[in-house]
This record gives sequence, structure tokens and C-alpha cells, in this order.
Amino acid sequence: MSARNRELFALIPAALLISAGFAAVFLSRDDLLGGLSGTNQISNVSLTYGAIFLGICVAAHLVVRLTLPNADPYLFPLAALLASFGLVEIYRIDDGLARLQAQWFVIGLGLFTATILLLRRDYRKLENYRYLIAIGGILLLILPRGFSPVNGAYLSIQIGSLSVQPAEFAKIAIVIFLASYLRDTRQLLVTAGRRFAGITIPPLKHFGPMLAIWGTSLLLLFFIRDIGSSVMFFGAFLAMVYVATDRLSFVVVGVALFALGAYLVAGHIGHISDRIDAWQNPFDPILLNKASGGSYQLAQGLWAQADGGVLGQGFGQAVLRIAGQCATPTTSTVNCSLLPAPHTDFIYAVIVNELGLVGAAGLLCVYLLLVQRGFKIAMLARDSFSKLLATGLTSVFALQVFVIVGGVTKLIPLTGVTLPFVSYGGSSVLANFVLLALLLLVSDRARRDAATAP
Amino acid sequence: MNKPISRLFLVALLMFAALLGATSWWTVLRADSLDHSTANARTLIRAQKIRRGTIRAADGTVIARSTRDAEGVYHRRYPTGALFGHPVGYSYANLGQTELERYRNDALLGMTNAITTTFEQLIGKQKEGDDVRTSLDPKAQRLALDEIAKVGQSGAAVALDPRTGAVKVMASTPTYDPNTIANKGVLAAANKDEQRKPLVNRAVQFGAAPGSTFKVVTATAAIDTGTYSPSSTVDGTNDVKVSGVPLANDFNQSFGPIDLKTALAKSVNTVFAQVGEKLGKPTMKEYMERFGFDSKPPLDYPKDSMSASVVAPSPPGHAVSPTSKFVDVGRMSIGQGGLQATPLQMAQVAAAVANGGQLMKPHITDRIVDRDGRTVDTISPAKQSTVMKPSTAAAVTDMMVAVVQNGTGTKAAIPGIQVAGKTGTAETEFGAKVNDVWFIGFAPADHPRIAVAVTVKAVTGFGGDFAAPIARDIMESLLK
Repeated sequence: MSARNRELFALIPAALLISAGFAAVFLSRDDLLGGLSGTNQISNVSLTYGAIFLGICVAAHLVVRLTLPNADPYLFPLAALLASFGLVEIYRIDDGLARLQAQWFVIGLGLFTATILLLRRDYRKLENYRYLIAIGGILLLILPRGFSPVNGAYLSIQIGSLSVQPAEFAKIAIVIFLASYLRDTRQLLVTAGRRFAGITIPPLKHFGPMLAIWGTSLLLLFFIRDIGSSVMFFGAFLAMVYVATDRLSFVVVGVALFALGAYLVAGHIGHISDRIDAWQNPFDPILLNKASGGSYQLAQGLWAQADGGVLGQGFGQAVLRIAGQCATPTTSTVNCSLLPAPHTDFIYAVIVNELGLVGAAGLLCVYLLLVQRGFKIAMLARDSFSKLLATGLTSVFALQVFVIVGGVTKLIPLTGVTLPFVSYGGSSVLANFVLLALLLLVSDRARRDAATAP
Repeated sequence: MNKPISRLFLVALLMFAALLGATSWWTVLRADSLDHSTANARTLIRAQKIRRGTIRAADGTVIARSTRDAEGVYHRRYPTGALFGHPVGYSYANLGQTELERYRNDALLGMTNAITTTFEQLIGKQKEGDDVRTSLDPKAQRLALDEIAKVGQSGAAVALDPRTGAVKVMASTPTYDPNTIANKGVLAAANKDEQRKPLVNRAVQFGAAPGSTFKVVTATAAIDTGTYSPSSTVDGTNDVKVSGVPLANDFNQSFGPIDLKTALAKSVNTVFAQVGEKLGKPTMKEYMERFGFDSKPPLDYPKDSMSASVVAPSPPGHAVSPTSKFVDVGRMSIGQGGLQATPLQMAQVAAAVANGGQLMKPHITDRIVDRDGRTVDTISPAKQSTVMKPSTAAAVTDMMVAVVQNGTGTKAAIPGIQVAGKTGTAETEFGAKVNDVWFIGFAPADHPRIAVAVTVKAVTGFGGDFAAPIARDIMESLLK
């Protein structure tokens, strides 16, 4: 079977999942109403949603089929699976949000198509604009500083009623810049350096920009006050440096420098040290009852997960609403939820609550498969820029999952980033579809070259 | 460049493994302790959405049921009001659960069978609570409460089936209404009411001197050890020195040499004090423990809502072992000397004799029934201890029959049914005139079906006059 046909067939499970998911949510709601009045809704609406979703995905698939015939066949279905899963979960939390999210998916797929069409000839022309892209990326990161912080971090800008998180787009810009920059300097970083105590010290001329990046990411930490984003950026940077140079010493020194910097900076930013306190003692009664900057959210997330257990409470069964706080039955669950931010940062806790460890393992497996495809593309790619680009994009994606899931499960201090493709959020959806488009572009070229090579 | 990429994938693999590990930690290893953490409102919120099981009396009368409001939250109602407030307790989201509601909480929430629950979760079935059927008898309970209230300010009664340990009556006055206890300030006011203490279940809490009803324990020890027989004669003179202090009989009556059976019928203090002294502390302790003294009863009821029946002489002012040097064994043997027994304990004393010396574990729950009417669990009768030989039980029964036939307990007699019993009148701090009156007994004497203990606080009079008629009416009602 050809790659594109495999891709098409792999979309069917995602469509089925979305139908089954909506059916489960409707069923559990009707159960609460105590009647079978919604029987038609279950079969008709669920299947309609499933069909619409399948239709949109098939349209996007046709774009890929026409423009990137050799691209990796699993990437897009995996992302569609995540997206459909997220959509059902968001619908279950608040149906209004799910409609918005569905709109974002349509726009996201539009952007996905646009990216492919724009760069189908040769995405490597991005290299020509690398400094422009880098400056754009950093500007995007700094931009939120002009707006009021949310929970102490500067992460979003307000355009009318729309809240945009520029960091989601900046991550792609920075990866593109780094891939291009490291392609040029990778040889020099390794060979032109002097060796000291077993560590290659590259000349300052080449090492300088890297120090600048380290400084930028720490500055970022200081400036936008968000550990999550800086870990993501710096982690992706180290991954790319490692692939570019094959020198573990760079990574070790980088991690040490970052840890040192983070340690110094964290002590001076109240909101970050609050987060670390909450991380260390989430069940401390004082932190638990603090009005802001406490551990209420983390503790509620952990309780929600404990409540889920191995098999979960069942799709649509999670306790989200606090009866007293929801003024009317139509009040959005988001505003009176037992668990704050159930649709964005803490969607993982809701998933574990409803589907248990088994569901969480499934979700993590899908992410891992996506990451595996990403690295596979990097390995197949012929030129350094493509390799580094695929590595960077995949790393930043994997790190994003790690930062938020690790935060929600108390593996690392909690910082708010979205769970890619699953969390609610326009910026997140759009940026991740662009990321997906870039990976498909790299993979198409790599596999075409591999196929035509002797 | 491919080698570092594959190593990078390995790192990603390890990171995801760590995520899975952390998730497992919270969902499996730490789940139980988190679910039961006090600050965690989740279980409480969920519990409100589960239809809590109905609690019923033996005849099917609904004692507690849950009704759902428009928001899908269940609220507890107690149709019988104050009648079963003490044995059954209450269950409210803000107050938690008490008494049987607390003891059977898991069953009432449908959480007893983990396998069913998981299976039902898989098919998406909403959890439902199981019903609890008790052995409580509403008619006899009502009668007990009314009659105690007529005689005194406070008191309690317990009626058991001696063959199974099933609790038929657990009455304590003053009562409280579990329907209104959740209203603002009601619980706080009830807690502060030092005068009436309406929340105290006097049937199982804060024992008092059982007075002469305890002579049944002493008589059992005397006969079962072979030291005495019902016809053994003991000096029943008034003011015999017990532990160096003269002990008086009722009305300072002097009996002279008297056999044990007649001494029980006439409730001669000096006789049983001397018997107790002769048996000695270790023997008394042995028999008291067999009857259930010194430890909390194995009732299906929260342990911290029950008191053990103990001897607490002053000095030292707290519970000690019956073999302690502080114990005046003579006075303890007639139910004084700091002895504190609950009505449940004294009903068990009667029940042990009634059941041929075999003491059964008391229980309020009869069975657990699921929503479809299937019996999930039946509380089968279980032995608590072997107190005495059957021959001893027969001899003590014979002596207790004499109490009701021609002794101090004639007012407990039921026409056509032979009743065995023992009266008790314990002096209280109010002075000689005001007493705690007691009666323990069982019927029919040849094939006992009901054992009972009744006590009323601060009554001017004797157990035979005030407690015995209540016990008679309870037994008569239950035997009908």
C-alpha cells in the first residue's frame, strides 16, 4: 500500500474515536438527566461530528497527497488522533469551547496547507531569512511583556477579545534559526576549538552566539517569568547542539549553566519560587488555601488523577463542577471547576481522571509515536539543515509534552504550557499544525531523495 | 549525525517513561492515601451524587432514604424522625456520617464490591448504594422511648435476640431528630446542651453503676466455678463488713443464713458481696471478661461512639483492671464500687444466660441488599464467647425466674409467659432517695427469644417498680 493510502486509512480510527467519544459524552449526560430523550442526539450528532472531522482531515490529506506524495504517512493521522481526542475532552468540559476549538482546527489546517504550498518547492529557502526569523521569534517572546501578566507570567497578548500566545510561534522560529545557524558552525564548533581538561572549548567567535542564546533563554525566564517556555527553548537548543556536534560535553556544560542561571534567577522572582514551594509541598494546608500562588491547582490535579486510578471514572464522568460555585447550570464549567484550567494546562489531569492510567498511557504512546516519527525523519534527511530542523521541531514538541505532563504529575515544577493538539487554545493549535507541516516537508524531501538514490 | 539523533530518541523515551511512572505513582501507588485525604473534596462531591442506600427497620419501615434535587445532588431524609436517631445516626455532606450511617458507609455508597464496581465502570454504569436492612423494631423502640421518658429525664433500653445477637431495640432518651441536625446551629446547640446531652447514645455510651443486676454475673461465677450452688447458704445479716466497711441491705433488712437462690430473689447485698469476696478478683475478672466487660462490644457501630463497661473506682478515678488493688471486690460484685456498665452490656449479660451460656455478637444490621433486591451480604450469627456451662445457665435462669415470680421483679411478669430477670437500684450522688433504676431479663424463660436491659436515671424508687414494667412491655411487644 502506498504511503498516502496508509495515511488515508489511518485517519479512520481518529474519526471513529471522535464519534465514540461524543457518543460517550452524550450518554453520560443523558444518564444525568435520567432519561433517554437524547437517543437521537447520540447516534446522529456523534456520527455527524465524526463525519465532519473525517471530511476536514481527508481534505488536508488530499493537499498532502498532491503536494508531498512521499511524506511520512503516520505523522498526520497521529496528530489527527490527538486533535480528535482533545476535541472530545474539551467538548466534555465545555461545549462552547469545543466549537471554538473546532474552528481553530479548520484555521490550523488552513495554515498547515498554506505552509506546505508556500514551501513545497524548497523549504530550505527559510535559511535565507534566518536572522529575520530569529529577530521575529525573539520579538514574539518579548511582546507579551507589554500586556498584563497571567498568574505572574507574561505569556499572552490581547488582540480584541482574542488571547494570543506568541511563544507557541516563537518556538518554531527559534528552531528554524538554530538549525540554520548550527548547520554553518557545527564543524567549527568541534574542530576549531582548543581542548581543555577533556572538554572542547570552541573559539569565542563561534561560541559567542551560543552564549547569547543561553543568555537569551535566561533573560526570557527573567522577562516573561515562565520556566516552562525557557526549559523548552533551551532543551531544544541543547538537543540540536548535541546532534550538530555529537559532543556530550556541550550538553553537560549547557545544562549546568542553565541550572546555575535558573537557580540565581528563580530566587529573585517571587512567582517562580512560589511555584517551586507548591511543587515541593502541594498538600501543605497553608499553600493549599493561599488565594494565589499556592498549590491548590496542583493538589486538585493530583487528586483528580488519584481519583481516576487505573481505569478511570469513565468518559464524561469526571467531577468538574462544584455545585455551589456554578451559579446556574449554564455557567461555563471552566469558571466554576473544582480543577482550575481543566481545558488547557490541566487537561491531562482530566484525561487521567476519566480514562485512568490506561488512557494516559495510550495518550503518551501516541505522543511517543509522533516523536519517534519526528526523529526518524531527522535520520532519513540528507542535509544538515533538514536533520537539525526535524530534530529541533521534534525536540521542542516532546519537551512541551514533558513540561506540562511532568508539571501536572509533580515530576517537575508546574508551568503552564499547552498539551500539543489536545489542550484548548488557538495559538497552540495553529503553531503545532505549522510544526507538523514543516516536519512533513522535511520528510517528503528526505524520502524522495532516499527513493531516488541509487 | 544519526547516532546522536537515535540517542536523543532514547532520551525522549526515558522522559516519557518518567511521565508514565509519575502518572502511575499518583493513580496507583498513592491513589488510596490521596483519595482519603481530608482536604480532598472530590470523594465528598462524588458521594453526594451517588444514591445512598436506604436503611430500613426489620419490618421494612424506612429509617433513612436519599432523595435527589434538581441539581442531581442527593439529600438524606429520616422519615421516622427521632425514633432511630441514636442507633442509625445521620449522614450529611457538611457533617459527615455518624453511628450506623458511618459504620455501613461503604455499603450504603455501593463501594463494598470492588470487582463489580470496576466492571460497572467499564460499562459506564453509575454507582449506586446498597440498602441496609436492620433488625430494629419500630414499635418496641417507640414503646421503650415513651415509657422511659414517662418515668425519668433520661435512660436507655436495649433488647436483643439472645440466639443471634440481633439488636431489636436500642433506645436512649433524650433523643434528637436527625432531620434537623444539619440545620444551622442545631448540632452546635445539641453539643453544648450539657443538661440533656441529646446526642449521647446512653445504650452504648457512658455506663453507670448497674447495681444489683450485676449480681447475675456474680451468681454465674459462683455456680460455674463450682464454689457455690443455688442452694448454698450464705450469711445475709445486715451490715456485714465488706472490705472493712459495713455494707447495708435494702431497708437495712437482716436475713441471717439464706440460700443463694432466695438471696438473688430478695437481692441481698451482703450475700453477694461475700460471694464476690470469696471468689476473688481474678475469678470475677475472668467472668466479667467472658460477659464482655473491659472491652468495647463487637457491635456494628463506630468504636468511638461506644464505651467499654469497666470498673473505675475512686481513687484512682479512672478505669482499672478488676484485679487492681483499688477495687473493692465485694462492692463490685453487687454492681457498685465504681462499676460502670452500659445497657448493651447488661442486655448481653441477660442474653448469655438466656442462650445457655453462649454469648452471641450483637449486631444492628441484618443484611445488605442491592438495588435490585438481591441480598449482597447477610450478617450471620457469630459467637462472641462461651460464658458458662449450660448447666450453670439453667441454674441461673431458675434463680432469675424466682426473682420475677416471688422476688423484687414481680412487676416484670407477663401473663402466660415465664420471665426471668433481675432488678437493680444503684445509688447516685443525688442522695439515697434518688437512684438509677435497672432491670435485665429475658423471656420466655424456657426458650428465650428476647433479652432486655432497661435503665432510667435519677428516679425516686426501685428498679423493680420503675424499670421492670418497661422491660415487661418491651418483651411483650417483641414476643407478640
